[in-house]
Amino acid sequence: MSANNPPPKNDSAWRGLSVARLQRAVRLGIRSLWLHRLRSLLTVLGIVFGVCSVIAMLAIGEGASYEAQEQIKSLGSQNIILHSVKPPDEQKVSNQGSQSRVLQYGVTYSDVQRITATIPGVTVMLPARIIRDYVWNISHRVDCEIAGTVPWYPTMRNHRVASGRFFTEQDMAGQKSVCVLGAEMVPMLFPMQSPLGKQVRVGGDYYQVIGVMEARGHDAKTDDATESKDKSAAYRMFIPLETAKLRYGEVLMRRRAGSFEAERVQLHELTVKVASLDQVTIVAGAVKAVMERNHKKKDYQIDVPLEMLRRAERTKQIFNIVLGSIAAISLLVGGIGIMNIMLASVTERTREIGIRRALGARRRDIIIQFLVETVMLSGIGGILGVMLGVTIPLIVSHTAGMKTIITIWSPLLAFGISALVGVIFGIYPAVRAAKMDPVEALRHE
Amino acid sequence: MPEPIVQFNNVRKSYQMGMFTVEALRGVTFDITEGDYISIMGSSGCGKSTLLNLLGCLDRPTTGHYLLGGEDVSGMDDDSLSAVRGARLGFIFQSYNLIQQLSVVENIEIPLYYQDRPEAESRERAIKLAKRVGLAERLDHKPFELSGGQQQRVAIARALVNDPLVILADEPTGNLDSASGVEILKVFDELHAQGKTLIIVTHDPTVGRRARRTIRLRDGHIESDIRHP
Repeated sequence: MSANNPPPKNDSAWRGLSVARLQRAVRLGIRSLWLHRLRSLLTVLGIVFGVCSVIAMLAIGEGASYEAQEQIKSLGSQNIILHSVKPPDEQKVSNQGSQSRVLQYGVTYSDVQRITATIPGVTVMLPARIIRDYVWNISHRVDCEIAGTVPWYPTMRNHRVASGRFFTEQDMAGQKSVCVLGAEMVPMLFPMQSPLGKQVRVGGDYYQVIGVMEARGHDAKTDDATESKDKSAAYRMFIPLETAKLRYGEVLMRRRAGSFEAERVQLHELTVKVASLDQVTIVAGAVKAVMERNHKKKDYQIDVPLEMLRRAERTKQIFNIVLGSIAAISLLVGGIGIMNIMLASVTERTREIGIRRALGARRRDIIIQFLVETVMLSGIGGILGVMLGVTIPLIVSHTAGMKTIITIWSPLLAFGISALVGVIFGIYPAVRAAKMDPVEALRHE
Repeated sequence: MPEPIVQFNNVRKSYQMGMFTVEALRGVTFDITEGDYISIMGSSGCGKSTLLNLLGCLDRPTTGHYLLGGEDVSGMDDDSLSAVRGARLGFIFQSYNLIQQLSVVENIEIPLYYQDRPEAESRERAIKLAKRVGLAERLDHKPFELSGGQQQRVAIARALVNDPLVILADEPTGNLDSASGVEILKVFDELHAQGKTLIIVTHDPTVGRRARRTIRLRDGHIESDIRHP
């Protein structure tokens, strides 16, 4: 029988990659890794932490930017919002001043007229006066912003009425004492009952509640980050603008130790709606120009939600690049760790390589054996990393109350890269093992 | 006269050691016919190891031709030589050279592993050979759990598993006590009786004398080639 063995042929070369052989190589690899359990585990940790940090950071970043973007979108991407701001130098004067005086600043009714008259493409204007006061229901009290505004506020600001109705043109024209409450303040003012039809008291005036707005969907904590200047944004009560003018006039008095301070502000907030999205930037520029020409001091602030959105997107891009570099570096470090161990392993197993070569293993067989081990190491690291990386955002959103979003592609990407790292950093040790001269390898002690 | 299965035709082998060229074999010519039992002897540095490496297709001659089973292997590439080793040669080493993390059966299977034989068939054949060398009770033991003589018998089973044309043994009794050595030599005698072709490289005269034919090397030449009665 011995003489009948078929002579070896070169065309059988690629049979070395048969599925059966690969399966056996995998089994051999598992045994070899299991033999050095601790070493394998420690080697894998680099990849585990790399993959895990990528997924966790992506999830947290994605969640944060999603929240920010949602919030900006809720302001209306076609809107340009002007706020009245107390000019900084006046603030100083009023702080140290013992004299009583009237401070006049902010967006005015004539600004509204100028903007509508000079800038084409402006569709709706939304003026608002905002007065800070306590709102009472018998003994319940809420520190609240009372916003005097116009009937089209809900449609323009994407803020819908949850129950009841918003006030109408007639309410406004008749300077009726009606109000619409923000959803967040309802449970504080009217625990256990519906506020509709009830009366609330502000100072000496009574208002009838005709509607309740929808909740804003985000909590006060995140409001601080984007709208830090009005802390009580969550608590807002809406009354008709004309009613507000009637009740409060234009001068606000504030009593301080030893002095009175008065402020005259015509409009606290002005929202300009632009007809089409691509005109927003141009109109914003025009509004800015009009305001600059008519205000000597910078007593207003212009917010363009669309630009804020773009800025947020750009920030997210930068964040992704930074994250990508961190991920690349940590996976690189993990890969170097694997390569280091595999090189040590190759040296340690020189004799085994010699034996296998003498008994018929081709270079390719040795390469496959070592490459399979490396890929398994990084693959296992990748799987553990994905599991850990999916768990951490869950824990974070549970304990820290942050929103996290795990996209489908982030674990896939992280796992793919870790497997790729295994191949790339496995090739060199494997080739080095395969290149050994069998005679030398057999002689190795 | 049957066709020789090993033909060495004026084989030379030289190594480059820095600036010097070391001539390990300086023109060696001999034939081996099937079923022969040969010992290759000589003092150290005479070219024994070089000759064994060439016979075992672990190395290629610098000049000259080596025909194994009628096929010229002296100019083959690395992959073809690996295939020849796996299919046509059996190796037995002085230090057994078993893979420590594999069991007895798995060690015996290795040459078949690289020939893509079906697993079940390989396993069956390995078990049969392990029984034949008297290790039926130790199939799942690891090499370090066995005595030297037992380990060498595993190596013999491994050398037989692929039904080689030639079995090459390098000082097979060198690491064994005399009793185990005698046992191994008995196994060789049996193999010879079954018609296997054996080449043993040794410097132990008692081992050398058991062979049918002794080739003695000296300074890279064949000094003598005698057939024992």
